[in-house]
Amino acid sequence: MTSPARVFDADDMSRVLSRIAHEIIERSRGVDDLVILGIQSRGVPLAQRIASRIEDIAGRSIPLGALDVTMYRDDVSIRGARPVGVTQVPDVGIDDQLVVLVDDVLFSGRTVRAALDALNDIGRPRSVQLAVLIDRGHRELPIRADYVGKNLPTAPAESVLVRVSEIDGHDEVLLGKDARAASVTSDGGQT
Amino acid sequence: MRHLLSAADLDRDRADSILNTAAQLATLQNRSVKKLPTLRGRTIANLFFEDSTRTRLSFEAAAKRLSADVITFTAKGSSVSKGESLKDTALTLEAMGAEVVVVRHGASGAAHRLAHSGWTQAGVINAGDGTHEHPTQALLDAYTIRDRLCAGAGDLDGLRVVIVGDVLHSRVARSNVILLGTLGVEVTLVAPPTLMPKGVESWPCRYTYDLDEAITGADAVMMLRVQAERMNAAYFPSAHEYSRSFGLTAARAQRLADHGIVLHPGPMNRGMEISADVADGPRSVVVDQVANGVSVRMAVLYEVFGARAQVGAIGNTEVDDFIGGEPDVQG
Repeated sequence: MTSPARVFDADDMSRVLSRIAHEIIERSRGVDDLVILGIQSRGVPLAQRIASRIEDIAGRSIPLGALDVTMYRDDVSIRGARPVGVTQVPDVGIDDQLVVLVDDVLFSGRTVRAALDALNDIGRPRSVQLAVLIDRGHRELPIRADYVGKNLPTAPAESVLVRVSEIDGHDEVLLGKDARAASVTSDGGQT
Repeated sequence: MRHLLSAADLDRDRADSILNTAAQLATLQNRSVKKLPTLRGRTIANLFFEDSTRTRLSFEAAAKRLSADVITFTAKGSSVSKGESLKDTALTLEAMGAEVVVVRHGASGAAHRLAHSGWTQAGVINAGDGTHEHPTQALLDAYTIRDRLCAGAGDLDGLRVVIVGDVLHSRVARSNVILLGTLGVEVTLVAPPTLMPKGVESWPCRYTYDLDEAITGADAVMMLRVQAERMNAAYFPSAHEYSRSFGLTAARAQRLADHGIVLHPGPMNRGMEISADVADGPRSVVVDQVANGVSVRMAVLYEVFGARAQVGAIGNTEVDDFIGGEPDVQG
């Protein structure tokens, strides 16, 4: 059983999030109507960090929220019930705003599809963009990210483990050689 | 959780997880779109052999908020009046593709019979069976207590809840004694001796015949409905006498802890088990109970449908336990 390879350490992760923050500012030409929403669960702390970097650069506060997509998933009939997390929409709402969704790993695209459906029930953004820490390929839907921390070529059976200090105690990204080996070394499971 | 037949089906982790899910679903009330697509195209049958307004409406609203299709069957105006049995009805619903059946029946054990008879493969949720149990009512009561007294989270450990009235015939009381006990609440039952069940000594709660003593300093009091038909059966001498000893008046409600709340599963007999000023007063959370019932039943439906997925999971799809580890779904 091979141990998982480290893709990012804490410093790498910090640099990548800073770059994404700069890219968001650059592309949105100012941040006047920017709203950042993290997808539960590990997208939420990543969104917080990106927002605070943008605040440092732009000098104004950025509306920040969390989106739980559990009830919008298309696999309830396959995977069963999961705990429902917090959805917190900032007071400004999302109508006519530029919403940037933040998630840890982009894989099949189904989570993002669910997130877009959830947004649709909350309001009507001017535009929606997607930022992910890792894009590991193997899309099953026509979805792509606007901001990518790292494009990581993977085999479908491999697993990408993102750990963030807010939830897991430290920051790192690991690539497990196969899902089973990785889930032995990690606290949680892995899909 | 394939079925929810009894509050005893819920261990503490599962009960907490349902209440947490319900708390998240409750935030939907503040949205303009109050609907989730989770159970789109799935079929739920509401099977009500006994009259009920709020439980049936509550389950119907819960199912519709999750986008499920609802078939409603009530005894009045159906073939039950022609003598159709529970079994025939179950077979009919199975043929119509109902995946979850919410059942209310006058006979204790009807929900259990439906779940384990082999008549239907559907998941069964007990919405009240005779004088036996009403687990979703207990969940919504626990939710309401948690929401009001524990800031919506955390645990109910060590709270004191008094349940007053016709305990003998009350499925609400039975389910609450079990569930609140599981959640660490100290429950005291109060009833006239004629309406206290035999064997109550062995229940996981205290009991007394003295309401004034039991209610003093309690965190919550739950008044049970006195059913009119009991009055003719000589369980107590007169409505007035019952009301004097076991009714919740404003003076009695003052004995509660300062933050103490008053629950009632409804419909209330104002002036009988509860006085009008208490029923409509600031301690009363009766309206909250109704609103919370929808969120709690959504969480229960979600859980029961989720269990069907695990039963039917194909191949080597790994299904994480609802409660256990919490990996991120990546996609």
